Amino acid sequence: MSSPTSTRGHIARWALNIYAGLGLLFLFVPIIWIVAFSFNQPRGNYNIVWQRFTLDNWRDPFSDQGLTQAFVRSLQIAAISTSVAVVLGSMIALALARYSFKGSGPLNFLLVLPLTTPEIVLGSSLATLFLDWDITRGFTTVVIAHIMFQVSFVALTVRARVRGFDWTLEQAAQDLGSSPFRTFWKVTFPLILPGILAAALLSFALSIDDFIITLFNAGSLSTFPIYIDGSFRVRFPPQVNVLATTILVFSVLLMSIGLLWGLRSRRRNA
Amino acid sequence: MPVIQTPASHGADAPGEPVIVLDGVKKRFGSFTAVERAHFSIDRGEFFAMLGPSGCGKTTTLKMIAGFEQPSEGRVVLESVDVSRTPPYKRNVNTVFQQYALFPHMTVAENVAFGPKSKKVPKSEYTRRVAEMLEVVRLGDFAHRRPTQLSGGQQQRVALARALVNYPSALLLDEPLAALDLKLREAMQFELKRIQREVGITFVFVTHDQGEALTMSDRIAVMNEGRVEQIGTPEDIYHRPASLFVASFIGTANLLPGELAGRDGDDVLVRLEAGGTIRASGGGTSVDDVGARPEGSPVSVMLRPERLLVSNEPTGAGISDGRRLSGTVEDLVFQGAAARLSLRLADGTDVITHVGTDTDLPFLRPGDTVEVTWQPGAAFVLPGWPPRAGASSTDVDQIEAAL
Repeated sequence: MSSPTSTRGHIARWALNIYAGLGLLFLFVPIIWIVAFSFNQPRGNYNIVWQRFTLDNWRDPFSDQGLTQAFVRSLQIAAISTSVAVVLGSMIALALARYSFKGSGPLNFLLVLPLTTPEIVLGSSLATLFLDWDITRGFTTVVIAHIMFQVSFVALTVRARVRGFDWTLEQAAQDLGSSPFRTFWKVTFPLILPGILAAALLSFALSIDDFIITLFNAGSLSTFPIYIDGSFRVRFPPQVNVLATTILVFSVLLMSIGLLWGLRSRRRNA
Repeated sequence: MPVIQTPASHGADAPGEPVIVLDGVKKRFGSFTAVERAHFSIDRGEFFAMLGPSGCGKTTTLKMIAGFEQPSEGRVVLESVDVSRTPPYKRNVNTVFQQYALFPHMTVAENVAFGPKSKKVPKSEYTRRVAEMLEVVRLGDFAHRRPTQLSGGQQQRVALARALVNYPSALLLDEPLAALDLKLREAMQFELKRIQREVGITFVFVTHDQGEALTMSDRIAVMNEGRVEQIGTPEDIYHRPASLFVASFIGTANLLPGELAGRDGDDVLVRLEAGGTIRASGGGTSVDDVGARPEGSPVSVMLRPERLLVSNEPTGAGISDGRRLSGTVEDLVFQGAAARLSLRLADGTDVITHVGTDTDLPFLRPGDTVEVTWQPGAAFVLPGWPPRAGASSTDVDQIEAAL
């Protein structure tokens, strides 16, 4: 049975599906493009016109020495800055969620500030500061710059998780004879760990990714994004696509693990 | 059923000796006084209830015993040691929280083992104790479940096992039945009593439900606005309340205002506002010694509904004048075992009585005149006047709404 209304509903649903499909396509075409061109055998210095399929690039992802160095450096920076930011940010989040103290209002505001301030402002003002203080810009200054904005992301992500935390669990643990230290590691930490991991993933990605703030504070240092930008003027090797695809696959993998883990623990607790 | 060897059941610690002493304990939050000079002790093996409407300071008192709050003045003494400034994890008391506060990332067995593990009890010892406690609360088969896979009643029993496994000097229970539905709550009342008998540990129980307190406790401390109004056995508190608040908070009480008209031995004579003079006991026993007050002082007479006898004939011989009231029938409500009869006295005061449904008065109708009498000793005098003359029901929700 197909009444006029249901036919119209049918068409409308199809239109909506096509529209949604186009939207997704718009989001994903650049990514698909990057992945596809990691399998291209380029002619000349620029890997931008499709020639023919090859696995050569994947067989030798680290052939471009400068690119590899920049890639490793970015990973190092991200690892260090994320470790520091996760500890600092989680502590801020716990303090904010747990206690109401003088200055918790302004602190909340200050946390959001780095997220809303344009990166160009953050980057340039930090660079000015380093210049003023006669600090040579390089690896350390980039790490400091990354920690600066990562702390905000971590604090806000962890706080969202901690907000629903039942603090009587800590009381219960102490009541049972557990010291505050043991209580944190056995009760609080395991329960907020998913939030902390999510925050770590996010800030790791932000660090690898960051261009503007990094550029201002890197001095002569080349990170992965800076190297790609610089090399683009003269050449665009397919290894860029290979490494970018690696990062992509890696983060999708981590996200899937996180998702499965979440599903599993939800089913277990349901 | 396993026999639990608790430190409490050894030698010198005879029952009846105080486990917890609150010595002039006071708690202020800013300018608000939550607890006003609490001064009492709780004996070993006792089932002790702190009863009162919300905001009366009972939970704050419990938290001071547990160590989550510190007294502004006075001392909390546990097993003869002043623990007023001792953090919770160094006190040998354990709490069952209102919402149980079970660790969601641990199994039932891990939850119960948490205490002994924190206290570095060897593994062989705590596995034995955990199994034993799960048996006591009848959850042996649920050891490897997660708390979220259990029903409310089961979660509560996990919370009990987890708190008892440390063999505490006292178990503190903060409204432990409030989160359960009515049927389960009644079943758990008996379950709690059984567990307490089995383990022989002192239970300190906070509740706003007078029925719970009366059913389960050996002694009750009735609290109101931060003050302990009375401490006594359920019978004491019910039949010989120390104040109008206690009389009206526990059960239903008919409170008839009047003035002191004289004294006769331990009894006092009270001239009622509603007319007539009543002989009431308790003149020499209540805290304020009502009988010693000057004649004409405002006092009230408390009459419990179930102790009133109703007849529709003029009272026969043998009932002297001081034990009689007359009123007209307002309403008769069938309640199963008994019917609830509302009367109105000459001045409009409402009085409630209970009459057996099969024995007396089948033909009571609104407007009928009846006589109310009672046995000697059933009328009890209290200082002061109630806010409203007549029957005060203990509708807890109503009291809470008024606060």
